[in-house]
Amino acid sequence: MRIACPYCGERSLDEFLYSGDATVKRPDFASPTATEEFVSYVYERTNPPGMHRELWYHAAGCHAWLVVTRGVATHQITSVEAAREVALKEKSATKDTK
Amino acid sequence: MSWSHYSIFSVLRESLRGHTGWGPAWRDAAPKSDYDVVIVGGGGHGLATAFYLAKHYGPLRIAVVEKGWIGGGNVGRNTTIVRSNYLLPGNIPFYELSMQLWEQLEHELNYNAMVSQRGVLNLYHSDAQRDAFARRGNAMRLHGVDAELLDQDAVRKMVPFLNFENGRFPIHGGLLQRRGGTVRHDAVAWGYARAADKLGVDIIQNCEVKGFKREGDRIVGVETTRGYIGARKIGMAVAGSSSRVAAMAGLRLPIESHVLQAFVSEAIKPFIDGVVTFGAGHFYISQSDKGGLVFGGDLDGYNSYAQRGNLPVVEDVCEGGMALMPRIGRVRLLRHWGGIMDMSMDGSPIIDHTPVQGLYINAGWCYGGFKATPASGLCFAHLIARDAPHPVAKAYRLDRFATGHAIDEKGMGPHPNLH
Amino acid sequence: MATPGHRSGTGSQPNRLDRGGLIDRSRTIRFTFDGKTYTGHPGDTLASALLANGVVLTGRSFKYHRPRGILSAGSEEPNALVELRDGARREPNTKATMAELFDGLSATSQNRWPSLEFDVMSINSLLSPVFVAGFYYKTFMWPSALWEKLYEPMIRRAAGLGRASDDADPDTYDKATAFADVLVIGAGSAGLMAALSAARTGARVILVDENAALGGRAIDDAAEIDGKPAADWVRSVETELSQAKNVRILRRTTAFGAYDGGTYGAVERVSDHLPKAAEGAPRQRLWRLVAKQTVLASGATERPIVFGGNDRPGVMLAGAVRTYLNRFGVAPGQRAVVFTNNDYGATTVTALKRAGVDVVALVDSRPELSEQVKRIAGEAGTKLISGGVVTGAVGKKRVTGVTIQTRTDDEIKLECDLVAVSGGWNPNIQLTTHQGSRPVWNDTLHCFLPGVLPHGMSLAGAVAGDLALHKALAGGATAGASAATSTGRQATPTAVPKAAEESEAITPLWRVKNPNGKAFVDQQNDVTASDVELAEREGFRAVEHLKRYTTLGMATDQGRTANVNALAIMAEITGRSIPETGITVARPPYTPVALGALAGHHREKNFKPTRLPPSYRWAKEQGAVFVETGLWLRPAYFPRPGEKDWLETVKREVTTVRSAVGICDVSTLGKVDLQGADAAAFLDKIYMNGLKTLGIGKARYGGMLREDGIFLDDGTVARFGENHYFITTTTANAVKAVQHMEYCHQWLFPEMDVQIVSATEQWAQYAVAGPKSRELLQKVVDPEFDITDAGFNYLQVGEITVCGGIKARLYRLSFSGERAYEIGVPARYGDALIRRLMEAGQEFGACAYGTEALGVMRIEKGHISGPELNGTTTPRDVGLGGMVSSKKDFIGHVLGKRPGLTDPDRPTLVGFRPVDRQARLRSGAHFIARDAVPSASTDEGYMTSVAFSPSNGHWVGLGFLKRGPDRIGEIVRAYDPVRGGDTLVEVVSPVFVDPEGVRVRG
Repeated sequence: MRIACPYCGERSLDEFLYSGDATVKRPDFASPTATEEFVSYVYERTNPPGMHRELWYHAAGCHAWLVVTRGVATHQITSVEAAREVALKEKSATKDTK
Repeated sequence: MSWSHYSIFSVLRESLRGHTGWGPAWRDAAPKSDYDVVIVGGGGHGLATAFYLAKHYGPLRIAVVEKGWIGGGNVGRNTTIVRSNYLLPGNIPFYELSMQLWEQLEHELNYNAMVSQRGVLNLYHSDAQRDAFARRGNAMRLHGVDAELLDQDAVRKMVPFLNFENGRFPIHGGLLQRRGGTVRHDAVAWGYARAADKLGVDIIQNCEVKGFKREGDRIVGVETTRGYIGARKIGMAVAGSSSRVAAMAGLRLPIESHVLQAFVSEAIKPFIDGVVTFGAGHFYISQSDKGGLVFGGDLDGYNSYAQRGNLPVVEDVCEGGMALMPRIGRVRLLRHWGGIMDMSMDGSPIIDHTPVQGLYINAGWCYGGFKATPASGLCFAHLIARDAPHPVAKAYRLDRFATGHAIDEKGMGPHPNLH
Repeated sequence: MATPGHRSGTGSQPNRLDRGGLIDRSRTIRFTFDGKTYTGHPGDTLASALLANGVVLTGRSFKYHRPRGILSAGSEEPNALVELRDGARREPNTKATMAELFDGLSATSQNRWPSLEFDVMSINSLLSPVFVAGFYYKTFMWPSALWEKLYEPMIRRAAGLGRASDDADPDTYDKATAFADVLVIGAGSAGLMAALSAARTGARVILVDENAALGGRAIDDAAEIDGKPAADWVRSVETELSQAKNVRILRRTTAFGAYDGGTYGAVERVSDHLPKAAEGAPRQRLWRLVAKQTVLASGATERPIVFGGNDRPGVMLAGAVRTYLNRFGVAPGQRAVVFTNNDYGATTVTALKRAGVDVVALVDSRPELSEQVKRIAGEAGTKLISGGVVTGAVGKKRVTGVTIQTRTDDEIKLECDLVAVSGGWNPNIQLTTHQGSRPVWNDTLHCFLPGVLPHGMSLAGAVAGDLALHKALAGGATAGASAATSTGRQATPTAVPKAAEESEAITPLWRVKNPNGKAFVDQQNDVTASDVELAEREGFRAVEHLKRYTTLGMATDQGRTANVNALAIMAEITGRSIPETGITVARPPYTPVALGALAGHHREKNFKPTRLPPSYRWAKEQGAVFVETGLWLRPAYFPRPGEKDWLETVKREVTTVRSAVGICDVSTLGKVDLQGADAAAFLDKIYMNGLKTLGIGKARYGGMLREDGIFLDDGTVARFGENHYFITTTTANAVKAVQHMEYCHQWLFPEMDVQIVSATEQWAQYAVAGPKSRELLQKVVDPEFDITDAGFNYLQVGEITVCGGIKARLYRLSFSGERAYEIGVPARYGDALIRRLMEAGQEFGACAYGTEALGVMRIEKGHISGPELNGTTTPRDVGLGGMVSSKKDFIGHVLGKRPGLTDPDRPTLVGFRPVDRQARLRSGAHFIARDAVPSASTDEGYMTSVAFSPSNGHWVGLGFLKRGPDRIGEIVRAYDPVRGGDTLVEVVSPVFVDPEGVRVRG
């Protein structure tokens, strides 16, 4: 597998570390159901057989966290985004809807 | 006539007539309209569950449904190691029960799965690792499991061909479980299938589950590619596909699917007797009765449902091998393949009922599933039949993450790829 | 290349033809097989040279120890396996067909005793009626104990073929990565055309082939291309490609695996064809080839027909016979029978005849034959038996004849010493299936062709089903051009050279129904057609069941001449079609790869990198003893003359620190520089304790949790400016902690204005500890900085200069419990600073101390470290529960409150001392109540860290005990059965020295 880091270009798999599902969001610690929400956030996974949005870390490169969209049965990567950009976009979207 | 009992005498007698008298090891059953219990998944755990259900908890009408051919999942794709050298009280009694069941397996099944107790040796390379192994060995001994802490001299006597002199990480000693060893993996599936079949279990191959049928919050049957099958109780034993199958029942599991690669070399004259694990590299090895070096290392590290891995781990594992025993440089890798592991969030399995009445789950085996096969079968059978956990498997609850009772042998936390 | 001539029949290589082949006849080289010396020529393989010398018996089979010879001329060889070279370079299971001959080559046959000719174990052949597929599953069960003691040792003694070397592999291996626009795998006619047409577009091309010489079957078959011998055409293409700057040709290189992202694993046998690797050259090189497009031109492997005695030496694949004749100038026999079901078989008759070999009969199982086949037989004067089959090859250590069943069921016996067999061709589709693609059965060619191809792959030549040369050339040209075009190049059509049309006609025949003798499907693993029948009878009908039950296809040849025949036989028995019966999917590698090559230079001391702390050189000069901590090599202690063991040294180091001053290199601690307007808010998120009130110029302890509430790491947080912090982590978790912080910043709290830089390697840092530490530091810190207690008290930090203007940072921290400082300088001054500190310390009686003394002192003070932060402990478990903030949102806050983590029964940190003060403690011991019987249910915790405390004069320990803090004063057992220990210990406070904490403040 080769991942096109938005900062470094396409690099080999061995430069990166995988770190799980990028679709789960850290809940609000002040929520009345915080414990249940955190249990679900930390432990429960959809683990789909098809496309998966997931976090990778360019450990042996620029240390960027990345959101990679990848088929888990084919290992075909369809997009790679900087995680911080994605997170900022998602946060501003959440704010707008509020 | 066909010989239903296997022995040296039946083999000799058959040899006189060209082995034409043998019948099928198990019937290729067609699905009936309903059963008391349907086990989903004809792998080692599913077949063992069916066998122990029929043997200890019957009479029951039992079927095992398998989407492909039996034994095609991880029971046929692993590195064949059995051991009970665990650390935590939630795990030790369970794996020790499994070890004891392995020890009587050929007589229980009348099938020689070549349970071979040639020892499992975990090497340590520092004082801290030695003390961690001492803690583990002591925990095992307190549970009545055999464990020996060896110093360097004792390790040298057992496995003189390791790189003691010039290694990057010195070998200080090892933790040895003499009763650990290997088992011929495919034979486990076939042995359980044959024995379960003899007890009347229907083993239905090429029968893929497409959905569960519920009435209220109670399970009543499964939709399969070979039609609807009614069932009072359904047990899922589909490690590798647990999330997919559970999703059909609306469940999200504390599991990620990961690929673990395994490796076998060309057959060479045996020189490694037991199993050796290299505590400073990601590497473990044994040698099969055919002469192939059977070895492996770490997960590839990323989510995958593809039964294959990539080069970095291939190289990493072979580097570990050469670091540990540089004499194998000219031995060749014959084949490497990947298996899909149900990696749970704490590295330990789940044997529990689900929120759906009548639906039970056996999942999350990480890469410890093969050695667990007999106990997993027995405990899952117990749970399904009695609706109560077997005493040695009571820690394997689905809600342990909510309550903070994770069973984390490696202390890696909720990162499935690190267990 | 000239047309093959006739065999000489005399001299040292009796079967060598008098001309022809690609061998260099001007040189004769010597080699030995089983100790006997023979000669051959450069360009030979071991197999061709053995055949030239009339050696046909080359090995024994795995199970029955049947005599075996050379079946093939390539990497599919199941039988002719030898141990190549000797001593530390002994290489087991080497295919004689792939071993290039070099001067002095020595080869030894395998799996026989005492000799290849007289193998005692061939008695197994007599027991073959018992030793059928899977017999071991049915027996060896009684009594149980005999399995490990008798049965299995017996089986293991018989297992394996060759022997691994007894010594470390003395050769070196290399790894390299190369990038290509177009990777072409296989340099036969299709591959050469593909490479040529891609190269002409300017695309970066890599061409690999497993053989030394390019050209493939066109050479083996002595074909004509553009009216000239194929070898001439190959030479001209080779010249053009070699001269092109955008082309790299890798010979002797097997592309063994197709991995994700267009990455191919390949192994180049750089020196295997030489007596010795050249100075500095590796034996082999692992290539990771990264290609935008790949043209697979891997050719096809001929398959046998299964008949009685088809494993006798002298039974060969027909294509291999042509290879030995045409490529090597060797006649593998004198009287041949050709047995085939396709039109390629007949071409063997011509080739044999041209070399002067008598072809006794052409047995073609097809009742109706083409005019061309009839003409070939006629011209050769060969008896043509159409619609007949060879039922058996007779002979022992070499074929002496065949039995033939004619169309009219008559039996004919013919004498011969060579049987050339062709059952058709199996395209080499392995690489197309490595990513899970299922091959597709082709009903015209009667073989599996590739299914959906891996991303970026295309096909050319036989692997695409284009067996005929003229088609392969055209297919190669198209594939190469279109691969280059898809990488953005402009292609102009490359002229396709002319070749005669060939007939690919075949009528399948997989096995002969009534074989005369044992009929082998998998020759190496001794799997017979009856074994396949037995498997079917017992229900092992799925192809994977068949393979696993019979061990078919599991041998070193990967079943390349066995799998499809076996599948077809199973299909025939069960009355299903071949695709209904199953599909065999290959796993990498394509051919076996040396483990040394996959490991490369990562072995012995270079297995992993070694990280050296800044004081390493100085410490080495002092005679320090080093210890591995992760990848670091740290000084463990500094022995002095006269000290009898490590304990005495460590006692001295500890005593020196506690009474005077000691210096320790702590540069291995993780260090992180954190800046930004939101730095304080960010720290509040990642630490469990409050850091908001930390003032500039101050340091504070910080505990970091995982989101599940378990301790991740700890260290100190120092504040150097309004928005500038400097953090230390433990040595073990340095990398993990930085990763965690970056995750928190980039993913969880992206809106925060923070920059994080790992600075572990940038700073050399020394702990200067002991009552005299300030006085010592005064000698190196520049005088304008006030480091008296008034100006620089406990937990203060500051930016200073040392030794006359060198920038440094000073921290008043203590791990030892004494007055202590840590001083950091840019790493390049690390060596100078340790020397200056030690020099300055002389007058105070300073010593250097290592990780052992460091550990002793932290245990004496009850500070937690790696053994306590084992990934399963909470702040409360380690006695830091009071520090956890209850107000703020921090990582680990919510889940840390789950009942399982707050259970008062959890083992909690306390100290221990032996009741008998002489007794030694050991970590890893478990705690059992004094009067309890040791068992799982009486296990109450475990010892994590122990040390001999010079300050107390006895051993002390830290550990986790159920409700530990409530049990101070209680006596429990430290039970350590794996080391025979059972010691009574008293539960005490974990702080053994200066419990009031007076000394740190001076």
